[in-house]
Amino acid sequence: MNTLRLAVADGVTITKRNALKIRRAPDLLGGVVMLPIVFVLLFTYVFGSMISLPGMSYAEYMLPGIFVMTITTSAQITGYTLTQDLQKGIFDRFRTLPMSPSAVLTGQTLSDLIMNVTSIVTMTLVGLLVGWRVHTSPLEALLGFLMLLLFAYAFSWVTATVALALRTPEVFNNVATLVSLPLVFLSNAFVDSARLPGPLRPIAEWNPVSTLVQAARELFGNTSPAVPAPAAWPLRHAVPVSLLWSVLLLAVFVPLATRLYKRAVSR
Amino acid sequence: MPDAIVAEGLVKRYGDVVALDGMGLTVPEGSVFGLLGPNGAGKTTTVRILTTLLRPDAGHATVAGFDVVRDADRLRAHIGVSGQYAAVDDHLTGAENLEMVGRLHHLGTRRSRERARELLDRFDLTGAADRPVRGYSGGMRRRLDLAGALVAGPPVLFLDEPTTGLDPRARIGLWKVIAELVAGGTTVLLTTQYLEEADRLADRIAVVDHGRVIALGTADELKDQVGGDRIQLSVTSTASLESAARTLAPLAAGDMRIDAAALRLTIPVAGGAAALTEALGRLAAERITVRDAGLRRPTLDDVFLSLTGQRADEKTEEIA
Ligand SMILES: Nc1ncnc2c1ncn2[C@@H]1O[C@H](COP(=O)(O)OP(=O)(O)OP(=O)(O)O)[C@@H](O)[C@H]1O
Ligand SMILES: [Mg+2]
Repeated sequence: MNTLRLAVADGVTITKRNALKIRRAPDLLGGVVMLPIVFVLLFTYVFGSMISLPGMSYAEYMLPGIFVMTITTSAQITGYTLTQDLQKGIFDRFRTLPMSPSAVLTGQTLSDLIMNVTSIVTMTLVGLLVGWRVHTSPLEALLGFLMLLLFAYAFSWVTATVALALRTPEVFNNVATLVSLPLVFLSNAFVDSARLPGPLRPIAEWNPVSTLVQAARELFGNTSPAVPAPAAWPLRHAVPVSLLWSVLLLAVFVPLATRLYKRAVSR
Repeated sequence: MPDAIVAEGLVKRYGDVVALDGMGLTVPEGSVFGLLGPNGAGKTTTVRILTTLLRPDAGHATVAGFDVVRDADRLRAHIGVSGQYAAVDDHLTGAENLEMVGRLHHLGTRRSRERARELLDRFDLTGAADRPVRGYSGGMRRRLDLAGALVAGPPVLFLDEPTTGLDPRARIGLWKVIAELVAGGTTVLLTTQYLEEADRLADRIAVVDHGRVIALGTADELKDQVGGDRIQLSVTSTASLESAARTLAPLAAGDMRIDAAALRLTIPVAGGAAALTEALGRLAAERITVRDAGLRRPTLDDVFLSLTGQRADEKTEEIA
């Protein structure tokens, strides 16, 4: 019990440290606020002007995809920051302190969750300006936002694991871009996965990003009878499957990242 | 007195490189122990193992009664560490850095804040306390890191090359801090490449080379191992350096050291002051002009030379 209390206290201390860092590093904050604004405007106006959907505005179709794209991008900050810290030796200080070893990672992922809240709020406001609307009950909409944040948090642990395995910021950035681009674009975030050719279709349909986007569309009511519901199993049960994905990612990557952290700092 | 640090047969390998090769040491409570050795000797590796940052491949060690591998978690509450490279957070201010360390030591918010202010004052950082560390100079970062090691007032302190990068004033300041801590019962293990520093600070010194201790004792004991006094003299030209070396060779009780760049000769002798008189007489007879000359006790540099066949600084160049 006492161990748990200390772990929480240490996690809070590290979260505060990271929050201070975010405040002092305008590039980080800029990324978290500016990037979502640019994404929303660019995607809705550029694609929105070329594609017309029957029965709904393109912004409504698009925004859940932009939400998901942005949080998967922001979650990479966790990994990037970790690789930077690894090179600076501050972890040597942490490792000689009588603190909970999990605190560094929980602190990092929690402060990144705060950043993700900021970017989701930003996107929501800009989205409302460009014509995105919620058509469901406030409770469902809240559930939609929570689900996005849960996934963002789980995905932070994935990027933390990758970062601790790769160790250098440059390598991490390359790999993260290489993985996250297909993850986002081989999905139903911006196109109807049912219309993708051959082998791309099952990949897109089973991609957790697609599931999350579909779940967000349902919870925000950004669906239209003219855009038929997808037939693939994970997309037909998008909300529970999305939750399952997040829980699964946490169950696998929290212990994995913690193990790698211990190894990475004891070389 | 019980021993605060005991290490036996520590081995650490990195691929083919053997960083530690049977390293062992014992440090009684309340004393200062110096690890002295050239680059790559294994000083940092030893410190990292003793501070739970690294697991040894073989051997074992206890610090403050805790095994560094098995009891690592409990041990950390009893040590303070300042590594070779400052472990500070660039984005936080000096005060925030120390407060964070205090809170992670579970001192509580108020005590952490007080302690941070005390230490910033002690290390002359009060003026920079509320500036982000990013803007600190190398020596300021170093001092902040040293302060970080002292936050919880640990009974055992590890300092890896603590004075590297410090100006003379800060160095003397740190020496004073260490003396005060030891007077209060703290045990200190420090590493250094400054022979003078080990001589001045450490009660006992281990000379380390190739991952093991090659000599151990007080500074005086080590010097005694190398035998008697040295005549050191400098001349005015390369030609006279050579003839002086030839002239004085019969007086040498060990290997003569010739520093061509500084035009300096160092000659171990048996007879003390009489030998110096004798040497100056012979040089005068050969009409060799001597710029200055003197008799001195062996330094730790001499100890290193006689133990390894190389001077510490020659070795440094070889590796660099
Ligand atoms: N992470 C590592 N990977 C590979 N080799 C290493 C690593 N750390 C240390 N070594 C090697 O182990 C040996 C001992 O290194 P160590 O850092 O302990 O020396 P040191 O006495 O502290 O030297 P210095 O005076 O330069 O700080 C060196 O040969 C070094 O190259
Ligand atoms: Mg070293």
